[in-house]
Amino acid sequence: MKLVSEFRQPELADGLVSSIQRHVSKEARFMEFCGGHTVSIMKFGIRQLLPSTLTLTSGPGCPVCVTDNADLDKAIALASLPDVLVASFGDMVRVPGSRSSLQEAKAAGADVRVVYSTLDALSLAKENPDKSVIFLGIGFETTAPTVAASIMQAEQEGLKNYYVLSLHKLCPPIIKALLDSGEVNLQGLICPGHVSTVIGSRPWEFIARDYGIPCVVSGFEPLDILQCIDMLTRQMANGEAKVEIAYRRGVSQEGNQTAMNIMQKVFEPAPARWRGFGEVAGSGLKLRPEFGRFDAELNFDFDPGPTATPKGCLCGEVLRGVKSPGDCSLFRRTCTPANPVGPCMVSAEGTCAAYYHYGEDDVR
Amino acid sequence: MPLTIITVKTMSDKILLAHGSGGKLTHDVIRSFLAALSNPVLNRLDDSAVIEPGGRLAFTTDSYVVQPIFFPGGDIGKLAVCGTINDLAMVGATPHYLSLAFIIEEGLPLSDLERVVASIKETTAAADVAVVTGDTKVVNRGTADKLFINTAGIGTVPSGANISGHNARPGDVLILNGPIGDHGIAVLSQREGISFATDLKSDCAPLNGLVAEMLAASHNIHCLRDPTRGGLATTLNEIAGQSGVSIRIYEEKIPVREEVSSACEMLGLDPLYVANEGKLVAAVAPGEADSIMERMKRHKYGQDAAIIGEVKEENPGRVVMKTRLGTTRIIDMLVGEPLPRIC
Repeated sequence: MKLVSEFRQPELADGLVSSIQRHVSKEARFMEFCGGHTVSIMKFGIRQLLPSTLTLTSGPGCPVCVTDNADLDKAIALASLPDVLVASFGDMVRVPGSRSSLQEAKAAGADVRVVYSTLDALSLAKENPDKSVIFLGIGFETTAPTVAASIMQAEQEGLKNYYVLSLHKLCPPIIKALLDSGEVNLQGLICPGHVSTVIGSRPWEFIARDYGIPCVVSGFEPLDILQCIDMLTRQMANGEAKVEIAYRRGVSQEGNQTAMNIMQKVFEPAPARWRGFGEVAGSGLKLRPEFGRFDAELNFDFDPGPTATPKGCLCGEVLRGVKSPGDCSLFRRTCTPANPVGPCMVSAEGTCAAYYHYGEDDVR
Repeated sequence: MPLTIITVKTMSDKILLAHGSGGKLTHDVIRSFLAALSNPVLNRLDDSAVIEPGGRLAFTTDSYVVQPIFFPGGDIGKLAVCGTINDLAMVGATPHYLSLAFIIEEGLPLSDLERVVASIKETTAAADVAVVTGDTKVVNRGTADKLFINTAGIGTVPSGANISGHNARPGDVLILNGPIGDHGIAVLSQREGISFATDLKSDCAPLNGLVAEMLAASHNIHCLRDPTRGGLATTLNEIAGQSGVSIRIYEEKIPVREEVSSACEMLGLDPLYVANEGKLVAAVAPGEADSIMERMKRHKYGQDAAIIGEVKEENPGRVVMKTRLGTTRIIDMLVGEPLPRIC
């Protein structure tokens, strides 16, 4: 199997596009939850292939973007403590908090390192025994198991200087909050692919059952997404609402039980703050009490200061799907990838960054 | 024959601060460089090289800090020679002379330096350029990362050639000399933290021979650029901006190896933004494209040359790509370092 080219064949795409056109008879709005999907949709120009009656709206599925300024301020305050080394995934370093960013804290002398996996963070802890190494645990169900595994490994190896600031978030509760708000009227949900590799497709069933919205889990290649949209339009045409998988090579109904077990052993559900949504019950993960000695929140004395949000930034509304980047007066003017005002312009998976980079005439 | 840096009887097989002190050890190092890079101008060891290139001169400089210093298909020495030669070649110049300055971190194994110098020897010989002046400094451990190299180059521009990033014209055809992304992915594959197994090699190569062939076919080459850092996308944006034109490229025409596109997918990168070190993109008069392509395809660095798009008038500064799916996508400049995805 060729990883890339087989999932980008123009002839197969043509067939799916014709099928989509046949099945859409009225106005419909689908949401792609995941930022990775937004990027693929924009990068491959998939919206140009769809009938004008079908609208795709981006959702809150970008872990960097939904991290609240109050939590970013915590990370920056921790990084500024003496003898602390903060390890983070790359995008996070550039996101502006209330007053500063990790990048600026680094320039001012804080020890901030970009890592590609939690294993790198563990290595940093071993190589720097005189420092407290704090890993910024951001991400959804996709990344949380690897962070949980790093904590179990640190425990096994008796590492005394490894900590996690758990800002992890769970996807099904935020979709529920989004639908309960009544702000967006959806006829279909493109369910996240990577998250579903871990949790499976079952956790989406409440959306079809309780809200009557067709759900299809999608991969990230153009043919994956077109197939997913085709399946959604077929459900719509048949008056059905069920959960299907258009990403069988990665996702099963049950998910990855091993990953789920590790995640549940180390973390427990907790309230979490989401940019644009505020606090949502049960939508985050915190360390269980028995792993408390790895919890950065409990083991450091730090002052994140008062929280502020930049004036005019619509990241919150964009994440809720009620505004598009083009609606924001800062977009392309004061807010650009080189000088981002909000996180949606920073992250590689941010909606504003995707619209900026790959552009479409409706926002230019 | 392998090159050996012979120093006085220190027991060390590593570079010491004393190797940069200007004294005996420095002279030992310089002598070994001379043995490798010998030519009449360099051998005089005066404070400046005295040269008589004649004609219109092209002059450029660049510093090389690649990490790791050895990577599949090349090393920092080959890169430092090719990079500067290619900058000269991109204005149509024939490169003649290079300067070569090393900043070495204390503790660098001598064998590493020998490998780099041997590679410089091989690359300069293949490209027919001479190193005519140089410098060596050694700095304390931790104040440089193993080895930094600066090279400057002087070349002569043949009469009739008028090649510049400002000269692309509406109607011009865009030619690329081969597959993109090999260098960036080969280097990333070796980098600590994200290493992965691949047979991919850097495309690092001196392009002056290829450019000479192209100029022999036609002087109606308006613009040449080597898409290094920032990749093809950034280079095309530079051309569109400087020349006040727009550019349209076709995804299906742009050669990318399957290994590169797979690695890019895995890392969340886009081959259009990945660095190359042996690639050039040319904007040429439409009537000359076939004869230029024919010459390119006969050259070892142009065998996979392809026409990838054209220069247009409307929306100056914009670069768009027609995708394989028939949709249109804006190709923007790279912002910041491309970072692997996190979820």
